[in-house]
Amino acid sequence: MVVIEARNIRKSYGNLQVLHDVDLSVREGEVLGLIGPSGSGKSTLLRILDLIEPPSGGELSIFGVNTVEEYSRWLDLRRRMGMLFQRPIVFNASVYDNVAMGLRYRGTPRAEIDRRVKEALEAVGLSRYIRSRATDLSGGEQQRVALSRVLVTDPEILILDEPTANLDPGSTATIEAIVMRMNREEGMTVLISTHDLMQGQRLAHRVAVMIEGTVTQVGPPREIFYEPKDQKIARFVGVQNIIPGQVIAREGGLTTVEVKERRLVSVTPPPAEEVAVAIRGEDISLHRREPGYEEAENLFPARVTSIEPIAPFVNVTVDCGCDLVALVTARRVEALGLRAGMEVWVSLQAKAVHLIPRED
Amino acid sequence: MVNGNPIIEGFIEAIKLIVTLDPQVVEITLRSLYVSLSATFVATLIALPVGALIYFYEFRGKHAVVSTLQTLYALPTVIVGLLMFLLLSNIGPLGFLRLLYTPKGMIIAQTVLIVPLLMGLTVSALSGIDRDKRYTITALGANRFQTVATIIMEARFAVMSAVLLGFGRAIAEVGSVMIVGGNIRGATRVLTTAIALNTSMANYSMSIALGIILLAVALGVNITLSLVQRR
Repeated sequence: MVVIEARNIRKSYGNLQVLHDVDLSVREGEVLGLIGPSGSGKSTLLRILDLIEPPSGGELSIFGVNTVEEYSRWLDLRRRMGMLFQRPIVFNASVYDNVAMGLRYRGTPRAEIDRRVKEALEAVGLSRYIRSRATDLSGGEQQRVALSRVLVTDPEILILDEPTANLDPGSTATIEAIVMRMNREEGMTVLISTHDLMQGQRLAHRVAVMIEGTVTQVGPPREIFYEPKDQKIARFVGVQNIIPGQVIAREGGLTTVEVKERRLVSVTPPPAEEVAVAIRGEDISLHRREPGYEEAENLFPARVTSIEPIAPFVNVTVDCGCDLVALVTARRVEALGLRAGMEVWVSLQAKAVHLIPRED
Repeated sequence: MVNGNPIIEGFIEAIKLIVTLDPQVVEITLRSLYVSLSATFVATLIALPVGALIYFYEFRGKHAVVSTLQTLYALPTVIVGLLMFLLLSNIGPLGFLRLLYTPKGMIIAQTVLIVPLLMGLTVSALSGIDRDKRYTITALGANRFQTVATIIMEARFAVMSAVLLGFGRAIAEVGSVMIVGGNIRGATRVLTTAIALNTSMANYSMSIALGIILLAVALGVNITLSLVQRR
């Protein structure tokens, strides 16, 4: 069942268009990761989906309710969702009063508030601070207070806007664990934005990529990372090699592409004549001599042109008619004795060569 | 008394007046507090909700309204006195209320004097609540009224500072209470007008005594203010 269905969502502030043509659906019980560079409109989209502010145009249905037509139901719908923001937000009151806010707004009886607030603080490990002033806590603790303030209202959809961007690794792990538990055990639907690709991959069942104000690709994390739909997505998900090329043949399930003076084969059906070849650096293997037995469809000699350490890996650029950047572990660089000017062999599987339409 | 320095003797006499709780000193002090506290109370009742309305509603000319309020922070007290005198006097539109030369009239004058200050500072106190906090309140499911109440609650210390500043301005001003109250002994005489009168009559001891009390009140306001702002 789809709990959030957004179609053609637009949002402008004055002359500034922040969102355009956003289509996104969120299914009940899933964790949907929203990834994209800073300034791509993730926070704005999440605020619109949480009904904090109205879109400038488009259709949005939440729990099957058309929000454009039924403005009077916004408060009820909003009370079935919860949102955690990037910056830890606490109010100048005790931790108890902070966590109780949402329940008080809903007119929950005092005894029940008391019970649920205590439970919620127990769950995030902050019971000992229940009487403390929330503003006196550390950033990580404040974010846990903010999270329990949301969870105590028992939302059906939990929206998280880069919830761990400002936190240390320990607090990040705690918050991720709590969110995952809510999803796995309570079946809570989770929509989480992040610019941390690893976090998206770690947590999400599906990932939506947002670039320049619109959602450009939605799919399982694997697909987004290995089969980005266009060059901007490829660049954002960290594909080191994006090189223009020309399709010259397609036979036996393999596409042959000419990239400068080198021909590469790919399993991707050609999306256009003019393509860009996307190859992740970690998919390129380097060898000292021609491998005797290698399953890779692409195998050719090359010359190392530069070696750039980015601990714990090393970017090794090789010239094989075109420049390719390979991501190699520091240990393997030592084992191979790699240095600039050295002759090497490159092997690359056809399924690691992904083709996307070329953009100018 | 004849040979000594009138200032030093006045000072000694002043301490005596305060320590012995001279009936006239007590009466003037209490009236001053009554007038200015009442004015602050009434001004708060007006300025807080209106300030909140200005903050929460977007309307044309909002910026101009806020700038005007800020300009009126420095509204000269004698101008307010003059305006209120014209309004409340027998020839004025509100003459029938018979409020000229009464403490009630003085309360009204001081209220008019400090309402812009309180309103402007209320708007800036509420503006001090950042956007993310407002989003959080909305996201937690607050209705319109709950949103306003939470934001005012969150800005309470800044709002209290505004109220104290308003009281400080009211109790220390001479112009409007002099014109509207008329400085009538036993009826509308307050600390500031009494000091002005006694000084011109060379009755320094009384002036100094009342001055010390006025300073003590101002000091009290300041101490409270800094305690509030330290929160």
